[in-house]
Amino acid sequence: MTLRTEPRLADPDGFYAALMEAHRGLDEAASRRLDARLVILLANHIGDDAILREALALARAAGRGA
Amino acid sequence: MPGATYTNPRFPFRRPAALGRAAVEEQRVVIVGGGLTGLTAALDLARRGVPSVLLDEDDTVSEGSRAICWAKRTLEIYGRLGLGERFLRRGITWNTGRVFFGDREAYSFDLLPEQGHEYPAFVNLPQYHAEEWLVAACEGTGLVDLRWRSRVAAVENSADGAMLSVETPDGAYRLRAEWLLACDGARSAVRRALDLPFTGQVFRDRFLIADVVMRPPFPAERRFWFDPPFHPGQSVLLHQQPDDLWRIDFQLGWDADPEREREPERVSARVRSMLGPDIPFALEWVSVYTFRCRRLERFRHGRTFFLGDAAHQVSPFGARGGNGSVQDADNLCWKLAAVVVGRAPETLLDSYDAERGPAADENILHSTRSTDFITPKSGAALAYRDAVLELAEQHALARPLVNSGRLSRPAVLAGSPLSTPGAAPAAMLPAGSPPVDAPVLRDGQPEWLLRRLNADGRFTLLAFDDTGLHAPAGPPGVGLVVVSGREPPAGRLPGVLFDHSGLAARRWGCAPGDALLLRPDGHVAAGFRTPARDAVQAAQRRAMGHAAA
Ligand SMILES: Cc1cc2nc3c(=O)[nH]c(=O)nc-3n(C[C@H](O)[C@H](O)[C@H](O)COP(=O)(O)OP(=O)(O)OC[C@H]3O[C@@H](n4cnc5c(N)ncnc54)[C@H](O)[C@@H]3O)c2cc1C
Repeated sequence: MTLRTEPRLADPDGFYAALMEAHRGLDEAASRRLDARLVILLANHIGDDAILREALALARAAGRGA
Repeated sequence: MPGATYTNPRFPFRRPAALGRAAVEEQRVVIVGGGLTGLTAALDLARRGVPSVLLDEDDTVSEGSRAICWAKRTLEIYGRLGLGERFLRRGITWNTGRVFFGDREAYSFDLLPEQGHEYPAFVNLPQYHAEEWLVAACEGTGLVDLRWRSRVAAVENSADGAMLSVETPDGAYRLRAEWLLACDGARSAVRRALDLPFTGQVFRDRFLIADVVMRPPFPAERRFWFDPPFHPGQSVLLHQQPDDLWRIDFQLGWDADPEREREPERVSARVRSMLGPDIPFALEWVSVYTFRCRRLERFRHGRTFFLGDAAHQVSPFGARGGNGSVQDADNLCWKLAAVVVGRAPETLLDSYDAERGPAADENILHSTRSTDFITPKSGAALAYRDAVLELAEQHALARPLVNSGRLSRPAVLAGSPLSTPGAAPAAMLPAGSPPVDAPVLRDGQPEWLLRRLNADGRFTLLAFDDTGLHAPAGPPGVGLVVVSGREPPAGRLPGVLFDHSGLAARRWGCAPGDALLLRPDGHVAAGFRTPARDAVQAAQRRAMGHAAA
């Protein structure tokens, strides 16, 4: 299996709004922890080391600047 | 309130005969350092009939408890050396670890969920007790020449041995060693004399280590706090030792002033805020450490070998320092004993580095990762650590990510040059594995499998055979232990071990007809489906370092 990169979300705007909603009212540090908890939950769900490493590399490469 | 629980013994200095003589003293095996590693090596060699001279600059055992957590494999090795039961009797047995985050428990874990092992996952006991027993056991063999207050000041290493300059209260002398075991700790003088780099990482953090005498209402568990209310922003570790002694490690951070942190009033205030106002306590030993992970590139240099902290150093999370050191001695001594009496070629000793180098890397890797988790180095690292801990309380999925120390496990000598892979069935414990224990019946009496393996210090062929009749005779130099899944008829087949629970066959992954060749340190050298004598002999020759015929 490889990381699926084609658009897959049925309701992208809805998901995005839910993500923003989850962060509402949190300070910087709490937001950061929320994201981290999310990453860990999703990573465990995926459970495939190769895919996770591919996602890590992709995420890192897509960042702009330092 | 209980007072001090331990007073260091003082061992006598005996004037060595070589002092004041013109001739250089010559010895076969010399061990530098009478700490945990050197004493273990001396005892192991003596049990194999090899005498040694042991030099220590000091005249006592460890100052302070230092290594307190003795792992199952270490206990098994001390079992082989005749000290295992003392650890069990004198130490505190624990299997449960409990992790707290902030003001709440995050989760707990069981390190040895299955029964049927002679030794538990861990026994807690201060290092000085272990060393004191080792000293007495070494003396009891009559084969270890223990020389206290004998400091090695210079070493000249050459292909056929090493020349040592030894300083004593009565003067200096020279000692030539055919074989030298450098067990002189993290600041090894031998390592410095040979000008060998000791490279790795210093962790920018400090830890306060305190032995506290008290009677708190805590069970015998390992307790680890991340960011507790009584020590905010840092971690704390609590362990029980015998004699109402408890060990508390407080993380202090890099900016802490080590001198001030050692002040008894300051330490007491920290302990007081942890325990609350009602538990009386007394401080017994206090020390401040900065932890490091580093190693020598090679552990063998000619006829000089580095063992224990002299060869590698790890942070204490995971209790890998002392436990790793005992495995170094376990690995080297049977080989050296075989070479010294001429039963194995010198090249066998190269396998010490080939096997223990990767083991040291594994220990360093785990202890570095633990330290990185405990001491987050960036905002992201802190956020992830806390996120993992937050999740862990309700979700088992996050618990494997919590790293408060990956507790010492025995090394699997994967890829060892001494192993013969290939012939073994896939289900069998692979070559390089450490031995696993199981309860058995021997002539109707309860016995532990590990006690029967390598009991005579030799190679062992461990044969699983339901009739007890078909096991092959091992080749010369190889003992035979037969495990049967069916009860041997009364009075017949003496010595055959009855695997009444089936655990032996299950743990070793063996069916009737299978057999394994075990090295004198118990590790698997080869596995066979119905072994032929020739194949066993070839595997044994290989494990003794002989080139293939
Ligand atoms: C705070 C702390 C907690 C720890 N907790 C654990 C734990 O729970 N479990 C665990 O497994 N490990 C633990 N360790 C690690 C463990 O204590 C060491 O790994 C272990 O002591 C190493 O033993 P060693 O014999 O190699 O070195 P050492 O114990 O340091 O012994 C070296 C010996 O060499 C002698 N010596 C030094 N120089 C010379 C010289 N020039 N000539 C002659 N003799 C010399 C010294 O006198 C000493 O006796 C801990 C360490 C610390 C500091």
